[in-house]
Amino acid sequence: MRTFDLSIPLDLTAALAPDISLMLGAMVLLLWAAWGRESIARQRAVGAASMLLCALVAGMVLFFMWTDSTVGPGPVAMDGFRWTADLILLLATFATIALSMDYNERERITSAESHVLLLLATSGMMVLVSARDLIIVFLGIEIMSVAVYVLAGMNRRSDRAAEGSLKYFLLGAFSTCFLLYGIALVYGATGTTNLTEIGGRVAAAGATNPLLLIGMALLVVGFGFKVAAVPFHMWAPDVYEGAPTPITAYMAAAVKAAAFASFLRVWMEAFPDVFVQWHYALWWLAAVTMVAGNLIALAQKNIKRMLAYSSIAHAGYILVAVLARGNLGSSAFLFYAFAYTLATFGAFAVVVVLSGRGDRYLRIDDYAGLWTVRPWLAGSMAVFMLALLGFPIFGGIGFFAKWYMLQAALDSITPLARLSVILVLTSVVSAGYYLYVVMVMFMRPVSRPDSDPQPVGRLTRWVIAAAAVLILAFGIFPDPVVRLTRSSVIVPIDR
Amino acid sequence: MTALPAGIMLLLQEAARAGGAHPLAGTAADWLWLVPVLPLLGFLINGALSLVAVAHPGPADPDAGHGEAKPAHALPPDTAGAHGDDHHPVARHRFAGIVSVIGPLVLALSFALTAAIFFAMRAAHAEEPFIQNYFTWMITGELDLAMAFQLDQLAMVMMLVITGVGTLIHVFSVGYMRDDPGYPRYFAYLNLFVFFMLVLVLGASYPVMFIGWEGVGLCSYLLIGFWFSEKANADAGKKAFIVNRIGDFGFLIALMLLFANVGKLDFLGIAAVAPGMSVAVVTAICLFLFLGCVGKSAQIPLYVWLPDAMAGPTPVSALIHAATMVTAGVYLVARSSFLFSLAPVAGLTVALTGAVTALFAATIGLKQWDIKKILAYSTVSQLGFMFIAVGVGAYVAGIFHLATHAFFKALLFLGSGSVIYAMHAAYHKTGSHEDAQDVRNMGGLRRYMPVTWVLMWIATLAIAGIPPFAGFFSKDEILASVYARAHGSNLAEASLLGIPGSTLLYFIYFIGLVTALLTAIYMTRMMLYTFHGPNRTGEAERGALKEAPWVMTGPLVVLGVLSAFGGWLNLPKVFTDALPVGSTFALEHWLEPVVGEHQLAVTHGKAAHLAAGTEYVLIGAAVAIAVAGILVAWRMLKPEQLVPKKDAPAEQGIERVLAEKYFVDEGYDRVIVQPVYQGSRGFLWRGVDAGLIDGLFVNGSGWLARGFGWLGSAAQTGAVGTYAWVLVLGVIAVIGVFTLR
Repeated sequence: MRTFDLSIPLDLTAALAPDISLMLGAMVLLLWAAWGRESIARQRAVGAASMLLCALVAGMVLFFMWTDSTVGPGPVAMDGFRWTADLILLLATFATIALSMDYNERERITSAESHVLLLLATSGMMVLVSARDLIIVFLGIEIMSVAVYVLAGMNRRSDRAAEGSLKYFLLGAFSTCFLLYGIALVYGATGTTNLTEIGGRVAAAGATNPLLLIGMALLVVGFGFKVAAVPFHMWAPDVYEGAPTPITAYMAAAVKAAAFASFLRVWMEAFPDVFVQWHYALWWLAAVTMVAGNLIALAQKNIKRMLAYSSIAHAGYILVAVLARGNLGSSAFLFYAFAYTLATFGAFAVVVVLSGRGDRYLRIDDYAGLWTVRPWLAGSMAVFMLALLGFPIFGGIGFFAKWYMLQAALDSITPLARLSVILVLTSVVSAGYYLYVVMVMFMRPVSRPDSDPQPVGRLTRWVIAAAAVLILAFGIFPDPVVRLTRSSVIVPIDR
Repeated sequence: MTALPAGIMLLLQEAARAGGAHPLAGTAADWLWLVPVLPLLGFLINGALSLVAVAHPGPADPDAGHGEAKPAHALPPDTAGAHGDDHHPVARHRFAGIVSVIGPLVLALSFALTAAIFFAMRAAHAEEPFIQNYFTWMITGELDLAMAFQLDQLAMVMMLVITGVGTLIHVFSVGYMRDDPGYPRYFAYLNLFVFFMLVLVLGASYPVMFIGWEGVGLCSYLLIGFWFSEKANADAGKKAFIVNRIGDFGFLIALMLLFANVGKLDFLGIAAVAPGMSVAVVTAICLFLFLGCVGKSAQIPLYVWLPDAMAGPTPVSALIHAATMVTAGVYLVARSSFLFSLAPVAGLTVALTGAVTALFAATIGLKQWDIKKILAYSTVSQLGFMFIAVGVGAYVAGIFHLATHAFFKALLFLGSGSVIYAMHAAYHKTGSHEDAQDVRNMGGLRRYMPVTWVLMWIATLAIAGIPPFAGFFSKDEILASVYARAHGSNLAEASLLGIPGSTLLYFIYFIGLVTALLTAIYMTRMMLYTFHGPNRTGEAERGALKEAPWVMTGPLVVLGVLSAFGGWLNLPKVFTDALPVGSTFALEHWLEPVVGEHQLAVTHGKAAHLAAGTEYVLIGAAVAIAVAGILVAWRMLKPEQLVPKKDAPAEQGIERVLAEKYFVDEGYDRVIVQPVYQGSRGFLWRGVDAGLIDGLFVNGSGWLARGFGWLGSAAQTGAVGTYAWVLVLGVIAVIGVFTLR
């Protein structure tokens, strides 16, 4: 165990070592990617190198985790929460690159930079997850967002991708203004951007200052936009639909997880004592997001749009963790993020396989009779749908994710009984669209014109298989994940 | 007050277990797990053979060496099933040979291992149960449940009965079922049944026991409907299954009550805290547990499935529906003696239900013509006796009767199987469509089947209660126990429905005597009609009637010995005082560590034995009644006047009421089944399901979702301006909530 003194530059660098390594590695890879002619082979080579880099950084994170390092006061945190969140993000990045390599090849996207951009976005997320200062939070969000804006429009031949990317950029810039304004107001009210110090001053003075209240509200807007909470979700369906499918999965899982991790840290370190002031707004945000996300998802016919609304609904579920506060909430979030990441990547990988060249087959009805044509694929998709639904056994770890979320909500210092009821009821509603996919695959006759879809890339197949196996295995033995997330708590600095 | 010492006892036991100091550790008892696993292995092998045969159908075994049922090969397929329950198509399965070995062998090995463990137990004098934890089953919240077996003296008695009698019945099945096309399937089910039955008696907690409880129910269902191609058999299986659900519902409620009030579900844990619980809660738990017993052990009002269960093969009736599964309820009460001994009202309910059932079923048994139906009602009646015993807290007497009943009732059923087998062969020979199970078609069989005749008379004398046969001792002990507890027990001091317990116990004793009389009468009647008088089978068929092969009569002989001498298990003191035979109350001493304390709890700490004089009088009365019953039947019934079934006139008056079983099935049909069926059809299906749920909820929510989808799509214009506008609205809302609240 080692304590890093963040006032010493070397220690600060060391504390950010995984993030910085990823960033530097990405830059080196960027030079390599940009050096020669664009080709499929180069794209794949850079992708492989990127995956290796992810693995190395994950190793570093594991090392820090193992040595149980802590920090003194300063702009970054070192605790189990950060490391576990980092691992989930790196897992998501790893899977995204794997999917992208196959997908880009099929869609003739030869630019190898897409993998590098993913790495850069991830490095921003890792900074975001570690940030214990609003300025660092802003920095992390922007590093992440700028890269993701580009990634959403990576497929330059697609009008939809371009449109979605532009919308995301415009609205993202718009929401960033609110976030920045919120940071400024909080700074104005407390005289600091450090979360620990904000927490101390808010606790001492109370939250009567309207500057602080409006600042908190604008922070909620900024985070709410990134996690696509209703009513800041309007961009999500268009962007999710237009973006290359692996990037959609990345946005749904990683971007959301990173933004939520920071959301949780800011709220637990800076504003835990003014719970009364923010509780009401977040309660309604969670409730409206769950209800609207699920209801609108019911009406979707396009699988990517359906999954986009479903991810909005899941943002509502995770907001419950923010409201639950404390270690229960943060570990429930980590567990949920892990489960959701597995199920999301599995589901989008299946979408990648079935959409065919040019993303022609994206209607849910295109999946009719899949069970008779490709039983393994249909079975895996059923597992992913059931996991997202939170179904026991066949939904594997998805069931426990919802279970621990409910447990956190009900065991919190201020039990969230009514919100839990909403969570359960909207989950029932979500069965309407998740099980519809299963029903179409298993109970409808084959409808697609070409019964022989594009062959699956080997990496995509691995992603699907690994996701399905992990979901089912952890559904029977959730113990390791439970223990990891239970021990990965946010450790605030003593004020 | 007693909770504390019991708790300390438990701690001591746990400490002993932790130290590995249990006297049974390191003996054959370490192989306890193998006892149920062996039959499970048999199930897997036989089941696999059955499936393999389905997947790769080969030619039927052309070996004609075993010619018992050979005439049947000539039977046209369309007449299959026309002869009654045990009639079925005949075709030797190609794996019949190997199945004949594996099926009984696993049971024999299991029995041998059980016997080894029994001798280890006898040598070790283990006072505490031997708990074997195999793996953690579930941990949720406060519940930490292990998949554990508990070996104690009670479980040992049950294991010996199950594997011992089970082995005999398996051997008998080889002869009886060998020519059935579903032979491997039959043995697979039968082995699986034994596995679940052993889990039931070995489980160290109620949930583990419940696995066995449900498992035996499943196997019972599968075996009742073994010849499922006939609708009546499949219906009988379903009836058994559904009626048992009502009982299982009670069992589950009891489990939930236990968990809610105790927080534990293992026997030792509950036993340690039971004395501290309120009597009302214990009574409720006991009554719900008893509801489970009423279903499984076929007591009023849920007995209706057992007579129909005779649709299964006769060895199944012997094993499952006489000797073992139906006694699971008795075992459950004895196993829960730590609860029942604290709840006198529940005890009285159990005893009274048992008494009324015993009498009721015996009266029906008087007028049945189907030999298996007579035995089925007799079983219901005898189970009633066992419940009288465990209800009044005479757990040893109940288990004693359970064991002796397993001997003589298995013998009666297997004997009737032999008879039916012979009748079948005879009717097959001529292609006749007569009923092979109706005693009116039998008569005079003693000339053709002398061995079966002698053995069944032994069983009849045993069940009637003639000394020195097995049933005499167990039945006498039950009646004496009831009499003894009419004074100076917590039952006598309690009251049920405003009637003092003491009065009730005398009433139950009286019912017991009357039932004993009826038992002697209907059993003698069955024997008279089956084996005595002139033969009514038919001129052409008579020549084909003959004794079953030795693979079937062999087990009968063993059971005959057990029925004759099974009473030695628990000889009363007055008997051993008078005659130099055996040891006194062997079973009572054997079961002492398990139920002794709880038996004494019922009788306020004093052993409930009667004065020798009183006991002589009671024994004398019981014997006199049994002898009277036999004589009455012998003198009054005239087998010579009986005519075959096809010529028999319809019964009139009270005879018809008895023959039609008091019209209970019809009554249930009209009062429960039809209203539920019509209600389900008219209201639940058309109204609730199709109308409300499909119409309003499913389609309604579909409309609602479409409405929302339309709203969502309407808002989702695709124009960035709209999106920004909505975002700003959201910003205003959030700021408003933050500042204005």
